[in-house]
Amino acid sequence: MASGIKDKVVILGAGCSKFGERWDCEPADLMAEAFEECIADAGIDKSQIEAAWQSTGIDAYSVGPGAMPLSMGLRLPYIPVTRLENYCASGTEAFRAATYAVASGACDIALAMGFEKLKDTGYGGLPQRSRGVSNDLYYPNLSAPGMFAQLAAGYRAKYGTSKEDLKRAMAHVSVKSHANGMKNPKAHLQRLITEEQAMNAMMIADPIGLFDCCGVSDGAACAIVTTPEIAKSLGKQNLVGVKALQMCASNGEEGGFDGWDGSYVKTTRIAAKRAYEEAGITKPREQISMTEVHDCFSVTEMVTMEDLFLSEDGGAVKDVLDGVFDADGEVPCQIDGGLKCFGHPIGASGLRMLYEMYLQLSGRAGDRQLADPKLGLTHNLGGFPHQNVVSVAIVGAYGV
Amino acid sequence: MRGITAYGAYLPKARLQKRVIADANAWFDPGLKGLAKGEKTMCNWDEDAITMAVEAYTDCLGKAPGQTPAALLLASTSLPFNDRQSSVVVAEALNLNIADLRTMDITSSQRASTSGLLSALDIAAGGQEAVLVASEHRRAKCASREEMLYGDGAAAIAVGSKNVIAELVASHSQAVDFIDHFRGEGQDFDYGWEERWVRDEGYMKIIPDTVNALLAKAGVSAADIAHFILPTEQGRVPAMVAKKLGIDGAAIADNLLQSVGITGTAHAILLLAHRLEQAAPGDLVLLTGFGQGCDALLFKVTDAIKKQRPVKGVNGFLDNGRPEENYNKYQSFNDLLEKELGKRSEVNKQAYLSAMYRARGLTNSFLGGKCTACNTVQMPKHKYCVNPECGAYDTQEDHPMVGAKGHVATWTADTLTFDYSPPAYFGMVTFEGGGRIMMDMSEVDPETFDTGSEVSVHFRLKQIDHQAGFRKYFWKAIQA
Repeated sequence: MASGIKDKVVILGAGCSKFGERWDCEPADLMAEAFEECIADAGIDKSQIEAAWQSTGIDAYSVGPGAMPLSMGLRLPYIPVTRLENYCASGTEAFRAATYAVASGACDIALAMGFEKLKDTGYGGLPQRSRGVSNDLYYPNLSAPGMFAQLAAGYRAKYGTSKEDLKRAMAHVSVKSHANGMKNPKAHLQRLITEEQAMNAMMIADPIGLFDCCGVSDGAACAIVTTPEIAKSLGKQNLVGVKALQMCASNGEEGGFDGWDGSYVKTTRIAAKRAYEEAGITKPREQISMTEVHDCFSVTEMVTMEDLFLSEDGGAVKDVLDGVFDADGEVPCQIDGGLKCFGHPIGASGLRMLYEMYLQLSGRAGDRQLADPKLGLTHNLGGFPHQNVVSVAIVGAYGV
Repeated sequence: MRGITAYGAYLPKARLQKRVIADANAWFDPGLKGLAKGEKTMCNWDEDAITMAVEAYTDCLGKAPGQTPAALLLASTSLPFNDRQSSVVVAEALNLNIADLRTMDITSSQRASTSGLLSALDIAAGGQEAVLVASEHRRAKCASREEMLYGDGAAAIAVGSKNVIAELVASHSQAVDFIDHFRGEGQDFDYGWEERWVRDEGYMKIIPDTVNALLAKAGVSAADIAHFILPTEQGRVPAMVAKKLGIDGAAIADNLLQSVGITGTAHAILLLAHRLEQAAPGDLVLLTGFGQGCDALLFKVTDAIKKQRPVKGVNGFLDNGRPEENYNKYQSFNDLLEKELGKRSEVNKQAYLSAMYRARGLTNSFLGGKCTACNTVQMPKHKYCVNPECGAYDTQEDHPMVGAKGHVATWTADTLTFDYSPPAYFGMVTFEGGGRIMMDMSEVDPETFDTGSEVSVHFRLKQIDHQAGFRKYFWKAIQA
């Protein structure tokens, strides 16, 4: 058994642009905005960065392929820069690459930068795109909310949950995230909504309504990582260490074999178990202080609570409605507003989540600061509920 | 003995109420009110002459994998391609034995189907089995009489020399360049001439001439005809021709003008199938096809008719309609409007033909893979078995999934994605006997549809590229 990543790497600095409809910004502008915050926080010079990874989810609609958008955008000093794309887990993948590079000793200081410019399409929702020449011949005609609405049908069928109860729990998920987003000046959506509004909003993909969908946003987020020793030598205190970095990719069994019933996401469960083991967590609901999960749609967040073993199977509806994941609940979720309100510039999202965890663990989260968080978990889910990539990262106070 | 061995039909589920056509257009042509009785069949946006042909064959002969007719002939004047043989697409969708199969598209006349049937019977004369499918998706101009009179549908006739249910007694054909209407190259719509002239100089002269020659050849008296089939949108013509010929009024086949509409060249075969549903042993059936001349075929029904029934048949499909009262939807589905489809409709529709060719086992024939090591059925077929207990490499054989009964495991109704008929329904379908796939659905009844609903799969249009003139097909789940 490998020794794992726990406490081998720490976050030296993090930054995040304002998310939203940034009509006046090029991707490079968004990157620079996040990077200036990050490098100042890290307290190093750009020339000290030895390698960088760029995550973008839908390149064709923003900057095209390759890593030049990052290397040229920040005028990085002729270092190795690599573009990473792994659906909605792209940001966490860039962080994983930078972390592994430092842990391996290949470099001392590395940058992970995620960004996405989604609002140049001329219409709402994510850009239309191919899923592959052959896949397009038989994949259903679907949108992202359509994909994740499958979870609602599967969940209802498995647990006999009424449409009304499920919809109310979904509404609660969104109401909570809107309340959290109100306290985040960088969030895309900063307004309160009610459960009734969420439940009665325009239907997008049954039963997902408008307020069950996350924001489609422009934005960038980044982190600089290094070893604990270097961080200390730079005078950093209260270090935030990487405790676990896991990901899991479907192999087609969920969709193509008979086990999966649509009520859960198998890859999340596998990645979560591995992450808990890597971080030494045995009772996640007690030990995890807060989560930022992939709430692309409210029902995804609800199901994810079970997949991360924070709720019992079939128990998420009740837990959600009981406020377990509210800001003042047992395990606050999306304290920064989540994808729902902070927004979802795909390639940036994983790094945006880590940015929030880093702020919270450093006690710098402003109005939304939680009391003394110890461990934060981030989760990304990209693709379809039945075939996808999932990342789970856990960060916490170094050495604790 | 050679003749008909099986018959079947297909009618789209949607039935446009003719009243709504008149409501929209009578301000312009009050004469349309007189035609606004009953309903007409109307293709869904994802149906065309090819998809309906697949259904009609299936109604005639059941799920086709393993069947080995020597020939599949497809008659239509509304084929989606001028140069891509549609009968081949139909054959692959049916999973016929394409390694040993003649195919042919027969077109350019309302008589194409009866001429095609004659060709099929020629093949039967050589001791082989052949199937003629006639299918028509008809378009007509807004506010035209044709819009009131035309319908969409398909029918299939199998011929051979074993288990004949209606023996060919004789046939006769005439070729006459009588242009009751035409549709020129590059034209979307028919251009016709005055009905009275068509009736007096066309139907009333050419058909009797041909039929009389046939009856003389067969030595049969017109009075002995039990079923007289004359497809025409002119309601009174069949009776006038019958009277002139001396055929009993009770023998005249109903043209289904108020329930189906005239389905172009498919109509002769559709009416033949309809009459065969009602025919008794010994009945003489006279089938005529009119268009630049006339084909006349005389059949004698045998005792075997009692044992050979279509799956649903014309009557079954007539009873299985869904009234459609939205005239705009009819116009939209038939591309008769310049309609705002939204930016999401502007996806890349490129047909990557080499990739399509590789995928055609799945896309055309809905073949999955069955692992010879563990018998797991999987879709799509793959190099490695999906069963985690097996995982064997290169063990999968083609496995036809077309007849498999499926159940909906997950679904949604998606209004964000582009669809010609939103919302787009899709979800995970699990098949009895193994195999599951996330797929599109069609003809959904929102009132009764949910997880657990039973579905069967049907060959339908997936995407239409109007710019390139191409269309892609795939299979969709339809509630049983």
